[in-house]
Amino acid sequence: MELIVAVLLTVTTAATPLLLAAMGELVVERSGVLNLGVEGMIVVGAVVAFAMAQISGNPYLGALCGALAGCAFSLLFGFLSLTLVTNQVATGLALTILGLGLSGMIGENFVGQPGVQLEPIAIPLLSSLPLVGPLVFNQDIIFYLSILSVVGVSWFLFRTRIGLQLRAIGDSHGSAHALGISVIKTRYLAVMFGGVCAGLAGAQLSLVYTPQWVENMSAGRGWIALALVVFASWRPLRVLAGAYLFGAVTIGQLHAQALGFGIPSQFLSALPYLATIIVLVLISRNRRLTLMNTPASLGQSFVPDR
Amino acid sequence: MKKTLLAITAAAVVSLGATAAQAATKVCFVYVGSKTDGGWTQAHDIGRQELQAHFGDKIETPYLENVAEGPDAERAIERFARSGCELIFTTSFGFMEPTLDVAKKFPDVKFEHATGYKTSDNVTSYNSRFYQGRYIQGQIAGKISKTGVAGYIASFPIPEVVRGINSFLLGAQSVNPDFKIKVVWVNSWFDAGKEADAAKALVDQGVDILTQHTDSTAPMQVAAERGINAFGQASDMIEAGPNTQLTAIIDSWGPYYIKRTQAMMDGTWKSQSTWDGLIDGILTMAPYTNMPDDVKQMAMETEAKITNGEMHPFTGPVTKQDGSEWLKGGEVADDGTLLGMNFYVMGVDDKLPQ
Repeated sequence: MELIVAVLLTVTTAATPLLLAAMGELVVERSGVLNLGVEGMIVVGAVVAFAMAQISGNPYLGALCGALAGCAFSLLFGFLSLTLVTNQVATGLALTILGLGLSGMIGENFVGQPGVQLEPIAIPLLSSLPLVGPLVFNQDIIFYLSILSVVGVSWFLFRTRIGLQLRAIGDSHGSAHALGISVIKTRYLAVMFGGVCAGLAGAQLSLVYTPQWVENMSAGRGWIALALVVFASWRPLRVLAGAYLFGAVTIGQLHAQALGFGIPSQFLSALPYLATIIVLVLISRNRRLTLMNTPASLGQSFVPDR
Repeated sequence: MKKTLLAITAAAVVSLGATAAQAATKVCFVYVGSKTDGGWTQAHDIGRQELQAHFGDKIETPYLENVAEGPDAERAIERFARSGCELIFTTSFGFMEPTLDVAKKFPDVKFEHATGYKTSDNVTSYNSRFYQGRYIQGQIAGKISKTGVAGYIASFPIPEVVRGINSFLLGAQSVNPDFKIKVVWVNSWFDAGKEADAAKALVDQGVDILTQHTDSTAPMQVAAERGINAFGQASDMIEAGPNTQLTAIIDSWGPYYIKRTQAMMDGTWKSQSTWDGLIDGILTMAPYTNMPDDVKQMAMETEAKITNGEMHPFTGPVTKQDGSEWLKGGEVADDGTLLGMNFYVMGVDDKLPQ
């Protein structure tokens, strides 16, 4: 039992940054904007969170600053792609490259320092439940926020008026504009939300996952989050399923190796990607539903014609 | 992509700087990672700093960080060669072919490649016998471990890494014949998250000693968190685990860099193939900490014996994992077999990825 809890705990730790970053990107893409800078925002969030936590000694302040840094970084993307109408793909890629370089520079003096950790917060009563107690109700703040983000985003997108407007903009920004919805403003807000989520995901890496700063510590997680959004056909619950599946298979394959089953490790390393793609493609095989959920003006720049 | 850009811009800056100062001899370094990675590249950069301090104004030591293995490396090395570098150190296994290619075009420039096996008239290869340190670590693990199982976080199945695993296990078995190790391959040199996950998986499965052939300090952190012991890699990782690290293999490239630069200045530089170890000071052990005195005593004795050549980690009788005999009693492995090692010895709880 204890072993199961220990293993599942590592799964939640591995899945949380993916879930958060993907949930942010989902909202961004639902509004019709493709931000390929997730990796860059995560890594900037990670370094700023670590640096601020080190300087202040308070990991919560660190996490907050990480989220704000992700947000500020996403605003740069917003300004270029929404206001100056640059190509979204190129701008996003540039953001990732900039983020990786910039974070290395900011973090140079923090490499190798033992970090402060975000400690778990036990929720009274609930945390003493067997299995789910330690797993769901005795976690760090970023884990709670990641779960909250799934509930919040689902509710926001499909149960609120402004969520509907955001989806309308993503499907046809011209029509939405004609209806008097502010396309640029809404997209700015969506991009900023994506930045906050990615920044928090980064803070999770440097304050919970491995409480330290090392260059390139995002190690491609931003790209996995991007892929999750597409393979989950822009549905929040599927993103949740995808992120946890990916986390579970990642951890599972390490255990399989340690148990010495003799399966080639290169195959096992590829397994999380394969399993996640296969499962998400299978659950998204209904073409009509998938088309309905795909933001039709994804990646297209918008210039108001009047 | 970031690496490409860095390499190009850095190389441009370097070539601009070349015309400015001609007086000092240029000794140049190409790194695969960041000079603050806390492990491999940092050890090389410390060596470069020692070199600079030793010769002072007489030399310049420009370097390029984050140069990707492959075509980028060739471009970066060629820029250095064109910019007037007289001696160029390329410090990653994957730089071997690019170094040889560039060396052909610049016969007057001297090249030194780390951890490879090919040489030419103006390319030397140099390496360190890390496995000597791993044998000592194995012995310590064999004494300290209560479960008799150690966890080994490995990067890629190349001879260098396999040799380390075998040497560690032989060391452990020399004090506890039933000792076992579990190996987890993370297929990366540097991914803190993955290394931490691997460490947690191994601890959850009952290992009580961790060692690694990857470059981040994440496994050390996990070991500290879970209250078990671990070994550092490439650099002293004591800061990440003050009550956890037993010892660490430390790469000390400085003396070698000074020796070779001196040879180049004296005109005695010749192409060679160097594989130095504890005795040459290229490999040192971090202080033996967090262990009982008798274990410490044993470790120091073994270190002394390996250093003065009394003991070789790969001395028979040694059986391969498949049960066939590799070394007869008293037989010592030759360097050729060690350099190309692609098999496990008995007791490794893993199948070697091919």
